[in-house]
Amino acid sequence: MNYQDEFRDRTVVLGFAARIRELVAGRTVPMTFMEVCGTHTMSIYQYGLRSLLPPQVRLISGPGCPVCVTPNGYVDRAVALCRLPGVTVATFGDMVRVPGSSSSLIEERAKGADVRIVYSPLDAVTLAAKNPDRKVVFLGVGFETTAPTIAGSILAAKQQGLTNYFVLAAHKTIPIPMEVLADDPELQVDGYLCPAHVSVVIGAAAYRFLAEERGVPCVVTGFEPVDVMQGVEMLVRQVVEGKPRVEIQYSRVVKREGNRKAQGVIAEVLTPFDAPWRGIGVIPGSGLRIADAYAEFDAEKAIPVEVEETREHAGCLCGEILKGKVSPFDCPLFGGACTPESPVGACMVSSEGTCAAAYKYGQ
Amino acid sequence: MNKDLILLGHGSGGKLSHQLLDDLIIPTLSGISRAGQNDAAVVEHGGQRLAFTTDSYVVDPIFFPGGNIGGLAVNGTVNDLAMMGARPLFISVGLIIEEGFSRTELAEVLSSMRGAADAAGVRIVTGDTKVVPRGKADRIFINTSGVGAIEHSFAISGAGARTGDKVIVNGTIGDHGIAVMARREGLELETDILSDCAPLNGLVAEILAEAGEAVHVLRDPTRGGVATTLKEIALQSDKIITLHERALPLNGAVKGVCSILGLDPLYVANEGKLLAVVAPEAAERLLARMKRHPLGHGAAIIGEVGDGGGKVQMETAVGGVRAVEMLAGEQLPRIC
Repeated sequence: MNYQDEFRDRTVVLGFAARIRELVAGRTVPMTFMEVCGTHTMSIYQYGLRSLLPPQVRLISGPGCPVCVTPNGYVDRAVALCRLPGVTVATFGDMVRVPGSSSSLIEERAKGADVRIVYSPLDAVTLAAKNPDRKVVFLGVGFETTAPTIAGSILAAKQQGLTNYFVLAAHKTIPIPMEVLADDPELQVDGYLCPAHVSVVIGAAAYRFLAEERGVPCVVTGFEPVDVMQGVEMLVRQVVEGKPRVEIQYSRVVKREGNRKAQGVIAEVLTPFDAPWRGIGVIPGSGLRIADAYAEFDAEKAIPVEVEETREHAGCLCGEILKGKVSPFDCPLFGGACTPESPVGACMVSSEGTCAAAYKYGQ
Repeated sequence: MNKDLILLGHGSGGKLSHQLLDDLIIPTLSGISRAGQNDAAVVEHGGQRLAFTTDSYVVDPIFFPGGNIGGLAVNGTVNDLAMMGARPLFISVGLIIEEGFSRTELAEVLSSMRGAADAAGVRIVTGDTKVVPRGKADRIFINTSGVGAIEHSFAISGAGARTGDKVIVNGTIGDHGIAVMARREGLELETDILSDCAPLNGLVAEILAEAGEAVHVLRDPTRGGVATTLKEIALQSDKIITLHERALPLNGAVKGVCSILGLDPLYVANEGKLLAVVAPEAAERLLARMKRHPLGHGAAIIGEVGDGGGKVQMETAVGGVRAVEMLAGEQLPRIC
């Protein structure tokens, strides 16, 4: 057992596809399921899973890529910070190519800014410890998956007595926007493939209100093709039975109650706020900023900088794509003015963006 | 966005690199068309066909599991010559050393170059050394150029793929890129992944002896990996190449690191691998011969060539079909 090949087994995948076809046989009303995690989006495209589903089952991509939902204004502030003398910006790789209003971190790096790609916020803490004469700003982007590690990095910096480590926080939480999208009259979401790694932290119980109060089936699903196909089959079954509930397909990793310790670290260091989402706007209580008790680590408060006026990119449909209302192929910029090497919108730049997946793997 | 800036992605071997070549470098320098771009130039002089190539090496870290920049610089150029079906003969070495670099490490790099040259049967015949002030280079950069003799009359080039041809790779993919990346990022792995850095001219000699004119294309999938190289071949030959995901040889540890870092092994660099596009009737026989060679143990037929224009597609492990594109910029690790 190596925990990977078994979940890429062709026979098992095709078995689930056959069961899904049986379950919807004779149904004319289509059912639409939304995945709200970029890794699900990538997996669905990478393995060509849509081609294995019957026409009555439609998969759409939601706002599940943390880079894609980060608004231009955040990138503009990161760009402004990296231009300051004595500032090093450390970030996960996805962020460096995201275009802000007029520049990107990769462009600033080419002009001489100190922009470092790290694999963990603790690497950024180490960078700060080794360079006491520089201010190291880590870009705290991501959902509940990365929030505890970034909150933990602030605790580590505090413990080490560092005064030159900062986080520019733009964390998002996922259940609230799922509720917003479930309420959207233009969208018909018949079920959610709930994210895998986010759910490790927040637990499957976090989606109960969606199933119980709004009647939306939810299945916490893993990322491998077998996981995704089984997740879809479980959603189809719930719709057919008319009994919406929260199920865990990814039971080898996810528990109902989640990871209490990680939740504790988040609650200690971060606090909810009304966060702006690219293409969706401000969603009350959907973000996590640095709590006042840790304000000295908050780059936005501790390092004053003038940020350019935010401009949106004309013609970019990222916002509609993030809400699952249109497909990448409906965007007039897709594949022409907007490609992974010259992206206009964030959905194209992030490796987990819906447009990047559609462009790379085609359908 | 500022279009005037050269970005790291322009050196990735992927789409941006191609754009820079097509838009600026090739038109300014000589006006050769893209279709003629191979790993080495083929030139004729006094009735002798020669392959001529040059390459610069800037790897970080300079010492990595399975090799160092010195051996890499010799093997890389030997392989570029071998991919034209040439017998590598002579190599030049240009060293650009940063002030403050250690003599001990330099000695180790040079000794590795010597070892690689001996192993490949090439002679290092000329060179140049420059030292630049601290901070103006990253420890050591090496350029090697090479000349090889082409001793057969048929053409091996990226434009040579024909409908029905089989695509063969000589072993596991992505080892070099992941070995370097794991060392660079300080990833602590249970099993050390070694670079596959090796001279391929011996294996190429076997391939040509076995299959001769049935060999239509030889390429070493270095920067940009197997995906980018196959896309180049598909474009140059105006064909469609279909890959079979289940047939791709992949080391388990490389697969694991790629999963963790969110990288696709198809786009990861190799330094001891070749892709051979060969006539179908010769494929099985050639595969058997390759498997008997130390650098071909893990060889596999991974795909075939069909009619169509400049496309690569992959039949996925679970039976779906998807397009395979060139690497767009740098492969970046993902957030979660």
